[in-house]
Amino acid sequence: MASTPVPGPAGLLTCAGLGKRFGTHVAVADLDLTLQPGEFVCLLGPSGCGKSTLLRLIAGFETPSAGTIHLGGADITMDPPHRRPVNMMFQSYALFPHMSVAANIAYGLSGLGRAVRQARVDELLRLVRLDGFGPRRPDTLSGGQRQRVALARALARSPQVLLLDEPLGALDRALREETQGELRALQRRLGTSFIVVTHDPAEALALADRIGVMEAGRLVQIGDGASLYERPASRFVAGLLGDVNLIPGRVLGREPGGLAGLDTALGPLRALGAADGEGVIALRPERIALARAPSGDEPALPGQVVETTYLGDRIRLHVRMADGSVWRVSAPADAESPGVGESVHLSYPPERAWLMPAAT
Amino acid sequence: MRRLLPVLPALWLAAFVLMPVILTLKISLSTPATAQPPYLPVLDWSAGIEGWDSFLEALDFTNFETLASDALYRDAALSSVTLAAIATAILALIGTPIALAMARARERWQPLLVALLIVPFWTSFLIRIYAWIAILKPEGLLSAGLMKLGLIAQPLEILNTQGAVLIGLTYAYLPFMVLPLYAVLTKLDPRLPEAAADLGAGPARVFWSVTLPLARPGLAAGALLCFVPMVGEFIIPDLLGGSDTLMLGRVLWSEFFSNRDWPLASAVAILVLVLVVGPLILFRDGEATAKEPSR
Amino acid sequence: MRALDRIALILGLGFLYAPILILVIYSFNASALVTVWGGFSTRWYGVLVADVPLREAAGVSLIVALASSALATMFGTLAALALDRGGRFAGRRLFTGLIYAPLVMPEVITGLSLLLLFVGFGLDRGLLTLVVAHATLGLGFVAVIVGARLRGLDRSLEEAAADLGANPARVFATVTLPLIAPSLAAAFLLAFTLSLDDLVIASFVSGPGATTLPMRLYSQVRLGVNPEINAASTLLVGTVTAIVLTASWLTGRRGVA
Repeated sequence: MASTPVPGPAGLLTCAGLGKRFGTHVAVADLDLTLQPGEFVCLLGPSGCGKSTLLRLIAGFETPSAGTIHLGGADITMDPPHRRPVNMMFQSYALFPHMSVAANIAYGLSGLGRAVRQARVDELLRLVRLDGFGPRRPDTLSGGQRQRVALARALARSPQVLLLDEPLGALDRALREETQGELRALQRRLGTSFIVVTHDPAEALALADRIGVMEAGRLVQIGDGASLYERPASRFVAGLLGDVNLIPGRVLGREPGGLAGLDTALGPLRALGAADGEGVIALRPERIALARAPSGDEPALPGQVVETTYLGDRIRLHVRMADGSVWRVSAPADAESPGVGESVHLSYPPERAWLMPAAT
Repeated sequence: MRRLLPVLPALWLAAFVLMPVILTLKISLSTPATAQPPYLPVLDWSAGIEGWDSFLEALDFTNFETLASDALYRDAALSSVTLAAIATAILALIGTPIALAMARARERWQPLLVALLIVPFWTSFLIRIYAWIAILKPEGLLSAGLMKLGLIAQPLEILNTQGAVLIGLTYAYLPFMVLPLYAVLTKLDPRLPEAAADLGAGPARVFWSVTLPLARPGLAAGALLCFVPMVGEFIIPDLLGGSDTLMLGRVLWSEFFSNRDWPLASAVAILVLVLVVGPLILFRDGEATAKEPSR
Repeated sequence: MRALDRIALILGLGFLYAPILILVIYSFNASALVTVWGGFSTRWYGVLVADVPLREAAGVSLIVALASSALATMFGTLAALALDRGGRFAGRRLFTGLIYAPLVMPEVITGLSLLLLFVGFGLDRGLLTLVVAHATLGLGFVAVIVGARLRGLDRSLEEAAADLGANPARVFATVTLPLIAPSLAAAFLLAFTLSLDDLVIASFVSGPGATTLPMRLYSQVRLGVNPEINAASTLLVGTVTAIVLTASWLTGRRGVA
């Protein structure tokens, strides 16, 4: 199965130049997205970034103001929702309250014979581990059970693409982590392409083959989790995926290995990345090494611990640097960790620091 | 403090709702007399238990026997219920698309649409029914318009028929059907019809399988709000119906005002109450079963 | 779909407004015949102004409407508070039934039964009986409107006031009452209109000295279509439309549903 599909122009689902305006509000702008068969893509972004609108455009609940949507080579831009071979799992689940669980799941199976339909419903109930729940009403189920009914209902028609809007958003934390694994396993087994909308970076990292980050209606970066985490395209992406220190500077030149040298308020620093002119170094807290005395590693930046937070497996320290800025450092939790007020020296491997253009 | 809250309104309701209905029941079991008040027996409060006994003995069921045996009252009861039922069905049929359209209109237009629906309700009921006389009478605007269009050769004989009463009932009660339906439909989660469409249902199937079943409480409330008062309606059959359009409200009115037969009028009132209480109980049971699964 | 919705709205509202519009147009008809347009004229408004019995009836209606809707608002609000706050009390079901009864009871029954009561207790029929009857009719509507608002009220607001040291009376006066005030106004307005509009109950319970506007109009309407009534209707419709539109504009602006 295609676990690491190569993005190409001839995908299963292609959005080209897609845009949607509501009055003067631009919800989605000039968006290109290609989904490969069997791929699991997460759309990540804060609320109001247009990710749900994008999902509704693909499902057919909204008509785009610009651009096209192709599915399997056919233009479905103007098709009504009920003629599209994609299905949606709603954030609120949208289970029909006046129908039983079985009737909900069978809703999309009209046109099939009674026996075939019954068999398919049973199969789906087994798939989501809800055997025997067919006659129940949705309002007698727990949140997790409802979530699985919604999933089974959306899968009933064997859609080419399944759209999931915050599928785990209504579950509590423990259940969410367990369900993430199940969802991922289910997607692998069925080979159906999934597009999941989420605002939770940890969820996106846990689920997706590729993550598309959206900001103000635009798809600002798309790639696998590691590339987004290690090589963010902007401050926004860097900050969205996890804690990060941002160090502005001016690019002075480039070493043969590709490392750029920058002039910063803390002196010359090095980082990987193609930006020129004004730039920003994104440095993850766990990449920073902490020492009580200069260890000989480059650079050796002096600072003073101003705050420590014990997190169990790690300790997070706030360190005031020579220029007055405060860096966040994540260090293994052990008895040796420096306390508040102690002087420390920070260093980092320059190839693990990422240089981005400052304008973003 | 808190326990005293119900006292005042309860006294008022007991005096002016409960007592009158009990009194009506009592008088429906008495005989007319040319006295003041014009019925017998009059309960003699000063005679104590004995007065009560002689009062009970004098009660009779003649009025209800009259209602049951006289074809006039049977027909009136039958046509009241029939006309009210037909008008309710028509209202459901034309009220649903209107309520649906209102619920689907842009949010900022919805208060205006509701206001537009209510404004006629705030203008005189009498005058709105009266307006139809000018439209429906043979030399009225409807006939004149249709004749000008060449659709009919003779003026229509609608006024003073049951058809006119149906038009009047539909017209007067339309907001009572649309508003409860609209209230339910606006609260309907828009994701539910969307989910149905997503699962391959065309607009017609979405409506029949999702929207309509979920709007049923509104439809039931609307039907109740229309049917019950329509059974006892007086002004509409009086102004638009012919002399042959017998509805219970009108019969009660004429027994009281023209024939001055208070006991018989009271018996008609009790009959209407019974006819009306039936649907109310049905409705409450329906509500109870509809809520059952959520328990 | 959108087009169908539009058609439904246009036809529905057209059906509701066409008869009223025709009344308004023909109130400016110079001719006394309803179907013949005799040119524009305000002649019938002159006749209307000169009609003393009609003006007197309008006065009676206004007095009755004001008094009865004030009473209905008071007792209806108390009833709504009792249902929402009174907890369980003996006869609660009967109490609820009695509140809702006048809402659905056909007017002929309400009118007849109240008349029988007044006669049974030897009360003279007149303004007083009218006010009592209309207050009883309005009470249920007020209780429903105010009750809906009370149920929607965030209880924690009142609890916060109590927590900050306000006694129950002060909580009611400074928190509950201001919050339910818009619904009180709406309820009062509804009770007022119901009273102003009622023909059937008034015909039963009013006496010779107290003829209301609908009673007066009815006696004329029974004689057939009459341009003077068209003029009276136009004034009524204009006033009511202005009030309702202003009210909905005001509540819409304040963001109160």
